[in-house]
Amino acid sequence: MLEVRGLSVRYDDSLAVDGLDLSVADREVVCVLGPSGSGKTTLLRAIAGLEPIAAGVVLRDGADLAGVPPHRRGLGFMFQEHALFPHRDVIGNVAFGLRMHRLPRDQVAARAREVLALVGLDGFERRSVRELSGGERQRVALARALAPEPSLLMLDEPLGALDRALRDDLARELRHLFERLGIAVLLVTHDHDEAFALGDRVAVVHDGHIEQIGTPVDVWRQPATEFVARFLGWNVTDALGAGRTAVRPDALRVTAHGQLAGRVVERTFHRDHFLIRVALSGRDETLDVAIHDTEPPTIGETVRLAVDPEGLVPLPR
Amino acid sequence: MRRLALWAIPVAFLGFFFVYPVVTIIGRGLWPGGHLDLSPVADVVTNPSLRSVLWFTVWQAAVSTVLTLLVALPTAFVLARLRFRGRSLVRALMTVPFVLPTVVVASSFRALGFDTSIVAILLAHVFFNVAVVVRTVGGLWSHLDPRQEDAARVLGANRLRVFTSITIPALRPAILAAASIVYLFCFTSFGVILILGGSGRATLETEIFRQATQLNLPTAAALSIAQLLATVAMLVVAGRLQGRRDVAMDLQPAIETARPIRGRGDRALLIGVLGSAAVLLGTPIAVLIVRSFDTGTGFGFGFYRALSSLRADSVLFVPPVEAIGNSLLYATAATVLALLVGGPAAFAVARSRRGGTLDVVLALPLGVSAVMVGFGFLIAFDPPVDLRSSWVLVPIAHALVGIPFVVRIAVPVIRSIDPRLREAAAVLGASPRTIWREVDLPVAARGLMVGAGFAFAISLGEFGATAFIARPDRPTLPVVVFRLLGQPGAQNFGAAMAASTILVVLTVAAMLGIERLRASELGAF
Amino acid sequence: MSFRRMSPRRVLTFVVVVCLTVGALATVVGAREPVTITLITHDSFNVSKSVLRAFTRSTGIKVRVLRAGDAGQVLNQAILTKDHPLADVLYGVDNTYLSRGLNNAIFEPYKAKALDTVPAEYLLDARHRATPIDRSYVCVNDDKRWFADHNLARPTSLGDLTLPEYRGLLVVENPATSSTGLPFLLATIAEFGEAEAGGGGWRDYWSRLRANDVLVVDGWEQAWYEHFTAGAENGDRPLVVSYASSPPATVNKAGTNARAGTLLKSCFEQVEFAGVLRGTEHPSAARDLIDFMLSKRFQEDVPGQMYVFPVRDDVELPAEFARFVEVPSDPLALASDLIDENRDRWIREWTETVLR
Repeated sequence: MLEVRGLSVRYDDSLAVDGLDLSVADREVVCVLGPSGSGKTTLLRAIAGLEPIAAGVVLRDGADLAGVPPHRRGLGFMFQEHALFPHRDVIGNVAFGLRMHRLPRDQVAARAREVLALVGLDGFERRSVRELSGGERQRVALARALAPEPSLLMLDEPLGALDRALRDDLARELRHLFERLGIAVLLVTHDHDEAFALGDRVAVVHDGHIEQIGTPVDVWRQPATEFVARFLGWNVTDALGAGRTAVRPDALRVTAHGQLAGRVVERTFHRDHFLIRVALSGRDETLDVAIHDTEPPTIGETVRLAVDPEGLVPLPR
Repeated sequence: MRRLALWAIPVAFLGFFFVYPVVTIIGRGLWPGGHLDLSPVADVVTNPSLRSVLWFTVWQAAVSTVLTLLVALPTAFVLARLRFRGRSLVRALMTVPFVLPTVVVASSFRALGFDTSIVAILLAHVFFNVAVVVRTVGGLWSHLDPRQEDAARVLGANRLRVFTSITIPALRPAILAAASIVYLFCFTSFGVILILGGSGRATLETEIFRQATQLNLPTAAALSIAQLLATVAMLVVAGRLQGRRDVAMDLQPAIETARPIRGRGDRALLIGVLGSAAVLLGTPIAVLIVRSFDTGTGFGFGFYRALSSLRADSVLFVPPVEAIGNSLLYATAATVLALLVGGPAAFAVARSRRGGTLDVVLALPLGVSAVMVGFGFLIAFDPPVDLRSSWVLVPIAHALVGIPFVVRIAVPVIRSIDPRLREAAAVLGASPRTIWREVDLPVAARGLMVGAGFAFAISLGEFGATAFIARPDRPTLPVVVFRLLGQPGAQNFGAAMAASTILVVLTVAAMLGIERLRASELGAF
Repeated sequence: MSFRRMSPRRVLTFVVVVCLTVGALATVVGAREPVTITLITHDSFNVSKSVLRAFTRSTGIKVRVLRAGDAGQVLNQAILTKDHPLADVLYGVDNTYLSRGLNNAIFEPYKAKALDTVPAEYLLDARHRATPIDRSYVCVNDDKRWFADHNLARPTSLGDLTLPEYRGLLVVENPATSSTGLPFLLATIAEFGEAEAGGGGWRDYWSRLRANDVLVVDGWEQAWYEHFTAGAENGDRPLVVSYASSPPATVNKAGTNARAGTLLKSCFEQVEFAGVLRGTEHPSAARDLIDFMLSKRFQEDVPGQMYVFPVRDDVELPAEFARFVEVPSDPLALASDLIDENRDRWIREWTETVLR
């Protein structure tokens, strides 16, 4: 069980993390979701002991980690660009943490092989890490972080630089792996698909603090703030006459009798749907509309939009 | 506190074996009879002929350095970026000039038709120092990510722009480090000036030598101060230009940055650059080797046999095997010392804000007259701790010259280590000192090993101050060469060439050995 | 090996211990039991192993040889370390530097046993602080074959060298850097004297040499191995400043003829001395070594090993010497005191005359 209370990290004059509270229970996967520059990475580094803390505490199983150097925290950390040791081969990278924990030599080798097999890299032991593909390097980094059986595994953009197909596959594998190993995971990403697919809970961060935390379903269905709504791709509008409101793009329909009128200014194709952007008449505002089954209107066409009340969330002022 | 520990060893070593003797000998010159007398300094400052000596010293060193860079940079590029057979052999051969006695090289130059002149001086300086630049700069170059250059080209930069705006800035620390070493070597050049310059050419170093050997210590001390000031000024300026590189460079393994020879352009480049290097560096060496086999009555091993038979009845005689053994012993001791002192120093320089000062101080032995250091040893290491005639002074003196190489080659490498590697190790349970052992040291090792190669070569080539130290009779190969050349007769001359050739072979073998050690210890990196 | 593991204090301790150990080792090696004496000498010192062994056998004294560069450097080192001498005996100061050694009081007087066998002309120190051991002659050597091939008469005197027919034929060494250059300069000073009111003198002579295209090189090695036609592969000068004892090095394969000869009227006499260093801990052993150097055994060994002449006149020369070395009967000489007083000035004036 990891708990962060009122954590602040100062960078020069500004706070990269600003009074942040967060907890990760045993066997729980928490995803920290946010745009770049929101302080996600700094949060992980502070927990790992790599950044000095300006205020707040980090507790592991109730014990304050202040003053415990990084190498005694027993946490796993997978760095964004992997930071593999260039002067060691694959097994040398994976075995590193085990050697640091002074495991007997034969156990080190056995465990390292086991973890490599776990991430699907058996046979790669003696390969140079420089010869590996992006996906393979990602797996080595993961194996290296997992090998010493950390009480908490932290991953910084684990699927960051990979291509889309590989990301989907690896995301699925990661999910299975987390379930199988039953460890606590704190994962940082800017991609909400990734966060929703992997996390038991998702924390959306902004400017160093948490805007909203909850299950993926809750967060997706009930964005709590305008920032969260926009970040997840919701429309935020005052045009519905119910104050500030978040509207999911697929809660808007093009129909002849819709309550809103506007002109299509943009149309993009997204595998299973079209997204059109409609500039509302008489307002300096656009709304994104997802169109699933019908032929979408073309750019320049004037349309009317109806709203499905299910996909509508009032926002606090 | 840890930082203090890194500083303690280099500071103690340099303080005891360099600063203390040099201060003592200068003190002997300026405090005759216990009171300070600065009139020699005033004389030196006001003497117009000494001013012209200083001017000549400075400009010949500057021109030599520029010429060396012009020759060495293309060679460094080819060795770093093109993959071809025999690359490591070429690299090892480059170091050979570095260890050859000046007398021998001068003899080859003359055989090639170069008479004593300023051209001969400059050419010889290039000949001796190309290896410094090729290895110092080439080491970093072979690890630079070529994709940056590709990116710049895609962005519309032509080759020249890429070179001046991407490559040169990335290499700048290494180029400046190498250039300042070359400059100091030329600045304090002694044998080359005397032998190839012809009589009448004088540098500060030859003037100091002349004054010191006339036991005119006050003037020698005053000149030494001038030399020291000029050295410090140069080093500080070079340090400023170099700046402090905080940015970790994403270094790539050499094997990936080098590309195979493709097409006519690459082949022409390879042949052109290596061909010119071969003409410049190879011809004098070839002359030497040919002479060692040319016995006058045909080619053969006559002079090599003469090495073990010539005057075998005298106390002067050293069996060649023993001379090789002595050379290797001194060189190994000097290399170990240079690593023990230079290693911590490199980390101190790389990690500390005030590292630049240490860097300058460590380079001073390159810029101080060898005769003054030698004389300083004599009067400083008095009883009760009498080191004056101990053999250990020889590797210590060699190490003093080797340390700046170790430091200057290793520092850019250490600074380029990605800090995330250390953090990754920390999170995996490595304590700071384990991180040092497991991450910093192995990555820094390749720089340290190149430096060690130089320390070894310096010692094999018998540098500087040791010529002025009384030493027990344990002659090394260069000493054998000098002794043979000190006697008339074709046999002596031929045997000297044979001994020099053995020195060449030994150097190449040692450099290849070090290269292999480096490769095996660190894998592909 | 981790320096980071050590506390600063431990590092300091480590350094001090290393230094002390090195020092102690050096001291132990330096003072081996029971009597080993140290001889400091120049790089061209040489003696047959069997001869040195004979000394150790008969006296029980071992000799450790310390080499300290050329003759000038040996003396400089002895003077710089005179408070704590590096060695017990010094061998290799010659008459051009003798008075510098004597004035700096580095020697202890000792009258060697066999001194009566040495001709009086070589006893330059009445107080016997320095004992003459060998003598040599710095002379102009010529390539006899070259002169024969070119139908040119061999020059015979210093004055001849300024004649137009010998233009561009002579290579000499710089007296500021070479141990043959200085004696040759002294030879010209002995021959032509200091300048007088109406001109003349040695500077005038050197001006004429310069006008006659004399070549100056830094050291003997360059002169002999790079330029002398009888010593170098592609030599360009048939006249060189070297030694009276050099010609045997040019003897042909048959052993019948030496290609090089000596201009006997150009020779400057050098006498080389040995002395007991003041402050030695083994004065009696040191004296034994001086006596040994004047013994017949050592004196006979001198020509073969060092290409110089023994000072004793009752010693037989090796056959090669007797056959190919001509000994000047009336060599040029200057008083040691005079040399010491004027050496720096002469070198400076020479440099101005010849090089500037």
